[in-house]
Amino acid sequence: MSTIPINPVLPFLRTDRMPTIWCPGCGIGTTVNCFARALLDSGVDLKHLAIVSGIGCTGRVAGYVKLDSFHTTHGRAIPFATGLKLANPKLNVVVYSGDGDLSAIGGNHLIHAARRNIDIKVICVNNLIYAMTGGQTAPTTPGHVITSTHPYGTFDPNFNLPHLVEAAGAVYVARWTTFHVRQIARSMAEVFKKPGFCFIEILSPCPTLYQRRNKMGDGLDTMKFYKEHSKIKNGVSTSEVGLTRNGDIIVGKFVDRDRSDYLTMAHDQFVEALGDRYVDECAAECCEEGI
Amino acid sequence: MHADPAGVLTGTHFLDGDHACCEGCLAAGARFASGYPITPSTEVVERFASRIPTVGGTFIQMEDELAASICLQGAVWGGAKAFTVTSGPGFSLMMEHIGYAAMTETPCVFVNVQRGGPSTGLPTLPAQADMMQARWGSHGDYGIIAICPNSPQECFDLTIKAFNLSEQYRVPVMVMMDEVVGHMTEKVVIPSADQLDVTPRKHTHKSPADYLPYQCNGDGSLVPEMAHAGEGYKFHITGLTHDERGYPNMTVKVQDQLVRRLCAKIENAKDLVAYEAENLEGADVVVVSYGITSRVAQRAIDQARAQGLKVGKLRLIIAWPFPEKVIRELAPKVKAFVVPELNLGQMVREVERAARGAAKTIHVGHAGGGVHQPEAIVKAIVEANQ
Amino acid sequence: MAKGSVSIHVERCKACGFCVEFCPTKVLALSSAFNSKGYHPPQMVAPEKCSGCDLCGMYCPDFAIFGYRLNAADSANAPDKEATDAR
Repeated sequence: MSTIPINPVLPFLRTDRMPTIWCPGCGIGTTVNCFARALLDSGVDLKHLAIVSGIGCTGRVAGYVKLDSFHTTHGRAIPFATGLKLANPKLNVVVYSGDGDLSAIGGNHLIHAARRNIDIKVICVNNLIYAMTGGQTAPTTPGHVITSTHPYGTFDPNFNLPHLVEAAGAVYVARWTTFHVRQIARSMAEVFKKPGFCFIEILSPCPTLYQRRNKMGDGLDTMKFYKEHSKIKNGVSTSEVGLTRNGDIIVGKFVDRDRSDYLTMAHDQFVEALGDRYVDECAAECCEEGI
Repeated sequence: MHADPAGVLTGTHFLDGDHACCEGCLAAGARFASGYPITPSTEVVERFASRIPTVGGTFIQMEDELAASICLQGAVWGGAKAFTVTSGPGFSLMMEHIGYAAMTETPCVFVNVQRGGPSTGLPTLPAQADMMQARWGSHGDYGIIAICPNSPQECFDLTIKAFNLSEQYRVPVMVMMDEVVGHMTEKVVIPSADQLDVTPRKHTHKSPADYLPYQCNGDGSLVPEMAHAGEGYKFHITGLTHDERGYPNMTVKVQDQLVRRLCAKIENAKDLVAYEAENLEGADVVVVSYGITSRVAQRAIDQARAQGLKVGKLRLIIAWPFPEKVIRELAPKVKAFVVPELNLGQMVREVERAARGAAKTIHVGHAGGGVHQPEAIVKAIVEANQ
Repeated sequence: MAKGSVSIHVERCKACGFCVEFCPTKVLALSSAFNSKGYHPPQMVAPEKCSGCDLCGMYCPDFAIFGYRLNAADSANAPDKEATDAR
């Protein structure tokens, strides 16, 4: 009898920490699965790949992948990642966090990192809610949804994240749902090769804290909803991709443009201003003597 | 090891405290700073922004102090020595990441050029009212180190010391300047690089297979060894309560082990005592001061001694951890401690606690915005002597 | 004759049903058996239809299943539907 191969994603995971804390029907694990496959397919150098998460359900991703991984404070994954990348530019830095973390408490950092075009790859798992803390309204929660802090239904307008980050300056913006596993893996592999601030939004079911209060069924029901209601529109204007409670979900790669990243702009400016006086060294080199 | 000459501006200079602090950062090997503008501290990073492209390294102006105070920690885990600089309102925002640095044992330096508070307070005028915040401002139990320079020369010297201690203990170190020290200009002598001792990172020598990020070596040190991203260790760091592997482990037992070690590595350290003492022998009254107030206190002490009073001087250089033993041993030998400071009662509480009732403790408070009149301190000394 | 098969780590499964729903050839169904956490892991109910496309593996949020292709020689000896990946 032939031998059964090992699961190809296992080398990328801290299996000693399994099972994950995520609920049955949650899609975060599916995105991690796609991430592992993107690493596998893209052949990215794992030694120089670091992952940074904030706080929340998706914030736990850093703890499950076998990479240099940083679980930071709420909302601050992007500024931490900025320091990591700028001090040590040979690192590939991925920020993997949730919608509440990245767009509410971390919203200022999100737009400024996009503006600066810091060469980091942001994967935003959007479950439309604060799940870890018990189902409170997030900036992404659509209108007319019951949450623990809007028990009579939400009325705060919600963010359209692709539109926000495009306006702020991101060079690559895509949205998928956890139904679109091959597209997610392809987008992730693409951003590893794309210099600058890249943003992938992935809609994911939250059966426990979003759907239960809204009688939306379980995780599988949401996956079927994604299958039926997602419309792939690559290149569509991000102004047209806002989300509503029951409406269609526009997915695809919306933005793929070229703009100098922060370190390149810094380098060019210093060369122009300082000429031979410019010492083009990264901050991390100072410590190597001490190693 | 010696300092990297690239960052050492050897020579005799006429610098203000903020600029001298920047030179201290560079001499200590800091090649990364993330900052957000705030008076009266901004000159430190303005100078750094000007100097760093010709030394080699990075300055980034972040969107707020929350970002600045975590960005530098990313740089540290990427292999750099890094710092940020702020003042009162910004220091309040940075508390979140002083806690993160304490929890994750990230060596880094926070410079606070103190101004009057609360809230926006007195942006351009001095105070020393962030001393308790420096020690206790982030939530939970942890240890930190705080240093108080009283001159531009010390802004240089003690900033290097701050970096060295941060590396030795893997802890955030606070350089607690004040507006007057930051903006006063004096002679600053910067020695050659080979005369400056710089503490290297406590980097692990273990292989990735043997390395655990928070395992102490069993050599008695409570400070674990560090690795950097990109070296193949594939380690995990979290602000959650964590075990030796760095993995979240939220149990009473692990919490107890971790938090006790974070406190003990600072509180039990023998070499974290630095103060300047004069005429303590036979003193009836000892003036305990720090920062700019110590220079006003010097005038008061001189005046009181000229009147024949037996007055000693104790200037705190390392304010945290507090030199409790020094005060405790002095207390039975003196009538009183006089503690002038630019706040309405902060470090005086530590003096009083350490004295354990064996000597009177008299506070000379000032709400900030200027410095004391020496006469106010003399008056307190005279009263204390009665 | 099956072109592929799946390997299931029963104990990691949380029975979300993603693999069952999105298998293009409807190879899988949730079993009536329980794992130690009380979930019903999937099993192969039509192993001969498995193409080894690994879509189940990509969907699985818990890294509990993956598909793989069999070569012609192996397919005659494909692991049976109870096969588990015990790693």
